Amino acid sequence: MKRTHRGHPLWFAYALHRASGLGLAIFLPFHFYILSTALTKPERLDYFLHFAENPLVKVAEFGLVFGLAVHMFGGLRLLAMEWLPWSDNQKTLAAAALAVSFFISGTFFLQAI
Amino acid sequence: MSDSVKLMDVSIWRGDATGGAYEHFEVPAQESQTILDVVSWVQQNQDTNLSYRYACRVGMCGSCAMMVNGTPRWTCRTHVKKVLDGNKLTVAPLRNLPVIKDLATDMDPFFDKWVEAEGVHHPSKTRDGAIELIDPENSARVEANTGIECINCSICYAACDTVAGNTDYLGPAALQRAWTLYNDTRDDDKQVILDAVSGKGGCHNCHSQGSCSVHCPNDLNPMKAIAGLKRATAMSFLKRGN
Amino acid sequence: MLDIRLYMLQRLSALFMGPFVLVHLGVMIYAIQGGLSTAEILGRTQGSVYWFLFYATFVIAVSVHSAIGLRVIVHELLGLKGFALSTLTWSICVILLFMGGRAVTAVTML
Repeated sequence: MKRTHRGHPLWFAYALHRASGLGLAIFLPFHFYILSTALTKPERLDYFLHFAENPLVKVAEFGLVFGLAVHMFGGLRLLAMEWLPWSDNQKTLAAAALAVSFFISGTFFLQAI
Repeated sequence: MSDSVKLMDVSIWRGDATGGAYEHFEVPAQESQTILDVVSWVQQNQDTNLSYRYACRVGMCGSCAMMVNGTPRWTCRTHVKKVLDGNKLTVAPLRNLPVIKDLATDMDPFFDKWVEAEGVHHPSKTRDGAIELIDPENSARVEANTGIECINCSICYAACDTVAGNTDYLGPAALQRAWTLYNDTRDDDKQVILDAVSGKGGCHNCHSQGSCSVHCPNDLNPMKAIAGLKRATAMSFLKRGN
Repeated sequence: MLDIRLYMLQRLSALFMGPFVLVHLGVMIYAIQGGLSTAEILGRTQGSVYWFLFYATFVIAVSVHSAIGLRVIVHELLGLKGFALSTLTWSICVILLFMGGRAVTAVTML
């Protein structure tokens, strides 16, 4: 495999942060629209929630929860790096953020299925 | 005379600002050989038109920096054996800088940004005053010292994806230099430094990818310096509104 | 494409949202148990001033944060800048505010 300047842990942390942020930003308008159907078409919302029982949807929801968690915990790592005194363990913190996010989204998934 | 000299397949980028392509050369492998040796061999034995830069060839001037197999490196300090991919090598001009010809890039944007980041001394005294004593153990001095060994080789600039995506971004080296002046107790105008790194190309564009620190051949840490600048500018903003 | 003002807005909105995200994650883990239904959701949130305030504030913060985040991505990956970039940033913020406001209203109003 050709090594480029990108193949290192903190770069992957950046890529994951960007991908999760972009994913969440794209998801949000759909999320807001679906919820607002409670106002005008509540039976439409019920139909959608029923559709959301589909296991594939559960996996997608897991992805969403993971994305939200990893974006937030990764962001907290950045805030700590930028505003608290410097600490040399950025790779460890990035790994910890990933692990906690997996734990939270895993818990959600187990409750969802 | 050995009858089976191993030949390497070396792809070297040829071209200029209008464009170019990789050209293949077969280069004999040596026991102890650097990428600079390879490029020099090609220029001396295969194509005298190949343009490239080097000076000290011992890893202290930074002139020979190029992209080797996709990674920015000092070619004089990169052993072929360390990066050889099978028997293939790829050598290209540094990323994120305009190409003049072949492996030589225009360093002007890098140095223009170096100046723009305001990493210059702002004096408060004259030569007639007493010499100011600087304690080398002082924490600000220790922090400044971690960044002053920069030789402007532009490897961090080439490694950074934010530099690639944002043409205004001052880049890791320039910002690190500004940080060393900010931490210099003799500097009398820290606010002007903070202002210089707070514009639309400033330190706040850094995404902390860390490629700069991973690839710096002098083991400097521009990512840490930029985090320091963010801390200083944020505190200044919250205290003074700018 | 961030100067210090946009950077501070981005970071402060992020910091502010931390507790909101944690509560939202907790609520989702709680709510998903036994499946979702409109009646179940609305039964919790309808008529509640607290949920209204919670989610309305959340929507404002996320609209600002998303708009600035997308601004950076669009500039770095697509090269958009100047007036077009600013227009896009503001548009994203306003659209999310509007749609989010509708969603909050739908879920908390009687």
